[in-house]
Amino acid sequence: MNPVRSERDSTGLACRIRRHSLKMVHRAGASHIGGCLSAADLLAQLYGGWLRVDPERPEWLDRDRFILSKGHVAAALYATLAEIGFFPRHWLDSYCADGAKLGGHVMHRGVPGVEVSTGSLGHGLPIALGMALGLKRDQRAARVVVLLSDGECDEGSNWEAALLAPQLRLDNLVVIIDCNRFQGLGRTDEVAALEPLGAKWSAFRWKVIELDGHDHNQIAGALAAIPFEMDRPSLILAHTIKGKGVSFMEDELAWHYKSPDDAQLAAALREIDAQEEKCRSRSSSLSPAEASSLVINTEVS
Amino acid sequence: MRKAFIDTMLEVAGDDQRLNLVVGDLGYSVVEPFAKRFPDRFLNAGVAEQNMTGLATGLALTGERIVFNYSIANFPVMRCLEQIRNDVCHHQANVKIVAVGGGVAYGAQGFSHHAVEDLAVMRAMPGMVVTAPADAAETRAVTRLACATPGPWYIRLGKNGEPGLHAGSVEFSRVGASIQVCDGRDGTLIATGAVAHEVAEAARQLARRGVHVRMLSMPFVKPIDHQAILRAASETPWIVTVEEHNAFGGLGSAVADVLTQGPLNTRLLRLCYPEFIHETGGQAFLRRQHGLDALGIVDFVQREAVGNW
Repeated sequence: MNPVRSERDSTGLACRIRRHSLKMVHRAGASHIGGCLSAADLLAQLYGGWLRVDPERPEWLDRDRFILSKGHVAAALYATLAEIGFFPRHWLDSYCADGAKLGGHVMHRGVPGVEVSTGSLGHGLPIALGMALGLKRDQRAARVVVLLSDGECDEGSNWEAALLAPQLRLDNLVVIIDCNRFQGLGRTDEVAALEPLGAKWSAFRWKVIELDGHDHNQIAGALAAIPFEMDRPSLILAHTIKGKGVSFMEDELAWHYKSPDDAQLAAALREIDAQEEKCRSRSSSLSPAEASSLVINTEVS
Repeated sequence: MRKAFIDTMLEVAGDDQRLNLVVGDLGYSVVEPFAKRFPDRFLNAGVAEQNMTGLATGLALTGERIVFNYSIANFPVMRCLEQIRNDVCHHQANVKIVAVGGGVAYGAQGFSHHAVEDLAVMRAMPGMVVTAPADAAETRAVTRLACATPGPWYIRLGKNGEPGLHAGSVEFSRVGASIQVCDGRDGTLIATGAVAHEVAEAARQLARRGVHVRMLSMPFVKPIDHQAILRAASETPWIVTVEEHNAFGGLGSAVADVLTQGPLNTRLLRLCYPEFIHETGGQAFLRRQHGLDALGIVDFVQREAVGNW
């Protein structure tokens, strides 16, 4: 089973996800590092012990399913899966290379641990809904988690699924929104304002929790409380910072597109190294019970 | 045809626990028996075809399932085309897309309900088996074969009460098989879908006028029956395809694709709808207007095929 257990491990895992992602997009000259960095802490918490997955048995029928619907941050998912042991780390070197299994958007074929291919936004949640329904029908306890971007919430297919999931009482379905407030051409609130996003999902009868998507204690606390309510799907609105962890990439739209050059990569990795050193030296963390108390519930009644 | 479909689904579902039916809030007075008998394997996904197609994929990928997505005309095909391509086809999910009212079966309902580009669009989908059964007997056989064959299928049905093309039941030896309805050496008529009974009637009328044609019913547009087409091309001087579809990418195109690979000692002519159907009217009226009724087919064959050869 998944070997990463403690909160300290998960922050270390997040650093490793960031480091791999930076190297991968640098080597490939690829885009989307900003979104990889905003999702890294969420991925680390999910795969750092919460998801019931087994790298030795990727097709295990009772596994939890994770779908990265914002498929453009594939590098971060591949990095996570390699760190957890689904495939060798050296595969990451082939990201986007000719003949590689690891494409620029999430590819499942021949990649253990990847449930489905994504890349066009708005596909992950309907598939996840079907999986959650299938697991319920098969009376399996497994859960299905799908990670969306906030910009992705422009896609109507998400709202079709959002409407149906509570009707089917899918409390084994979890949506996490990586809410970094950027989309392709600008701030989400300047393109097609999503706010109040949590209230929208609440109005669709999801149980909503809002939190800091870089605070491992808060994320751990929320995950520990899933399902937030019996017979209802859970939604975590994770406030994040695009480019989180690399000072000159933070909250900059350009890093949706740019690939770091050699000097930028070196500077970014120095920052990640420093963070990893810091989290390695941290001695304690909050218990899940303490963490839960930090969670802000924005349920609209 | 839709009754034959749902009856077959009920029969198969009784024996095969894998069978699931998802509908897009359509199928009133058709799907209820399934919903009642197999509530745990039925779902009304609402008026939301993108979600319906994605969730069918998720269902099919979780445990062993055969998932039929049922709606009408273009709704389960075009509204959710990217879900069909990226979700169903790319993952080779065991999802069968069923569209009732193929062609202009809902003729008088207007443009939105004319499904006359669906075969082309579905043929282009990777790994998709594309079918248009001609009558209730072909519908039963296609539905059973779809259940027995993993992977994505498209099944274009008519509505209900179509005249039978075949006297008894039919069975396909393989995916892609065609059925020879009658034989002759003066030419070949190839049909797909419910319009086949007009073609069969045309063949009978031509015979009375001394023109003896071979008629092939091709419920499988992809994969198509290469051998039957190449045999017709070598044994008869012309082939006329008849379909309730436009000229782009349907049966006529599929037959033409095959003919480019074989001996070209035959002539291919195509009967289909024009790019735009501006008239309002029922299926029989629209067929008549565009020469897809038996009489129109006979006239076309005598004018374009027999006379010009």
